[in-house]
Amino acid sequence: MSEKDKIKTLLVKKPLKLDCGQTISDFPLAYETYGKLNDKKDNAILVFHALTGDQFASGTNPITKKDGWWNYALGPGKAIDTDKYFVIAANVIGGCMGSFGPSDINPETKKPYGTNFPVITINDMVNAQYNLLEYFKIEKLFCVIGGSMGGMQVLQFVSNFPNKTHTAIPIACTASHSAQNIALNELGRQSIMADRNWQDGFYEEKNKQPDKGLAVARMAAHITYLSKAGLQEKFGRKLQERDDLKFSFDADFQIESYLRYQGSVFVDRFDANSYLYITRAMDYFDLTKKFGGNLSKAFEKSNTKFFIISFTSDWLYPTSENREIVIALNAIGKDVGFVEITSDKGHDSFLLDVPDFLNTVRNFLNKSYEKI
Amino acid sequence: MKKEFYNIANLVTKNAKILDVGCGNGELMKYITENISKDIRGIELSKSNVQKCVEKGLTVIEGDAEKDLKQFPDNSFDFVILSQTLQAFLDPENVLNELLRIGKKAIVSIPNFGHWKVRLHLLLKGTMPVTENLPNEWYNTPNLHMCTIKDFENYCKQRNIKINLKNLKFQNLFSELGIFILEK
Repeated sequence: MSEKDKIKTLLVKKPLKLDCGQTISDFPLAYETYGKLNDKKDNAILVFHALTGDQFASGTNPITKKDGWWNYALGPGKAIDTDKYFVIAANVIGGCMGSFGPSDINPETKKPYGTNFPVITINDMVNAQYNLLEYFKIEKLFCVIGGSMGGMQVLQFVSNFPNKTHTAIPIACTASHSAQNIALNELGRQSIMADRNWQDGFYEEKNKQPDKGLAVARMAAHITYLSKAGLQEKFGRKLQERDDLKFSFDADFQIESYLRYQGSVFVDRFDANSYLYITRAMDYFDLTKKFGGNLSKAFEKSNTKFFIISFTSDWLYPTSENREIVIALNAIGKDVGFVEITSDKGHDSFLLDVPDFLNTVRNFLNKSYEKI
Repeated sequence: MKKEFYNIANLVTKNAKILDVGCGNGELMKYITENISKDIRGIELSKSNVQKCVEKGLTVIEGDAEKDLKQFPDNSFDFVILSQTLQAFLDPENVLNELLRIGKKAIVSIPNFGHWKVRLHLLLKGTMPVTENLPNEWYNTPNLHMCTIKDFENYCKQRNIKINLKNLKFQNLFSELGIFILEK
């Protein structure tokens, strides 16, 4: 079995009009499933991944051979219990794990799209993923859940399809990407574009890879996923396999070595153009835009029960931005719960072993499932 | 469940829309959900209490009543409940105004500083009263604004807040707790 055969894809035949104006059809959307759909088809959970995630949320990722990105939360007996629920983990268009993306071959030129690929939005991603409900003949999901960009997809999903899920759990996210976050994404993009091997986005046809630029983008982003306290506790000023400073630009400090490692392993699994396209989608995300700046209106038609979760040390998508969503829902009398979890692990808390978080998700899901 | 909660639960009507401000571990909300109305949610400041509410399957918003009530529109609940927390707020007047703005009716309970045991304690011992309902010492009490049932009634009268209460003098002396339904 070749690596590509391990990726399940749905070929979406129906034309999809993108926000940029272009229409796409007959495109692949990659997904993975965990657990079993019951006869009533009422136990389905749709999981959305974050910027550099993919559909392999649990178990071992067959392509990277690493643990699935949500292994702590998702699996048999875990917070999102696949013995009980049927989980569909959807990949995003624009990505590089089997869904329609910039490294796909453009039938007109017979070359990879590169930067001729259309700009994608969170709205486009969700509209593409919606086809999975039709494919599995699920009338109404039990839950949609995701953190960071996955949380944005949760919000967009409920706004687009107001009564297609009983519950929604947006985690560590925002309804409108902040200036600071656009700035940080732009830093990453400029780092990729500054790599000579990027070749205006047509590196693949020239057999080049902007690995240095992509690695620096990842290093910068990785810092934003952690917290100052967490970094200090884990690394402090500890030196990397040496007794003293070397008076050079070698990685003297453990934190430097750690970041370099994070950058180098990232380029093996992620496509530079996908990084540009997906960060762009996040920057363009502003759920209030279509509703005259009024976020409440985005959810007016929904009967979905919301549960919003933030983390104390997350400065990328801070509690205040998550609370804006709570406020907008309360303003129109919607059913919404909100919890801020104490953790010093920063934005990445939702991916890690944070027992309070995992218990909260487990309890909310199981208690809500009793009531549907 | 403590007697106060049964008394409060008896005051809300079937299937009413309810907000429990400072809902604690969700004991009262759970009772109301199971027996009177499922349309109930709470606000709670303590993270461990919020977790206990989620464990019970209750809708809870982690937040501070002094800041976070303003997000609710006028008259958005049939009842807003505030059990024994009014005296702990920095600005109880503001919280009361908010309760009456967002709720058609507010149910407020206060530990009564006019109870005979409290009066006797201060009179005979000359120290700040410590009772079952007021278990803390003066230096660690969360209660910043203690009042008596009579004080509370006077407050409501001065502001034209409708308050249901009979036999005030008797209650002020013999009730450890005052439970009121307030309306604008």
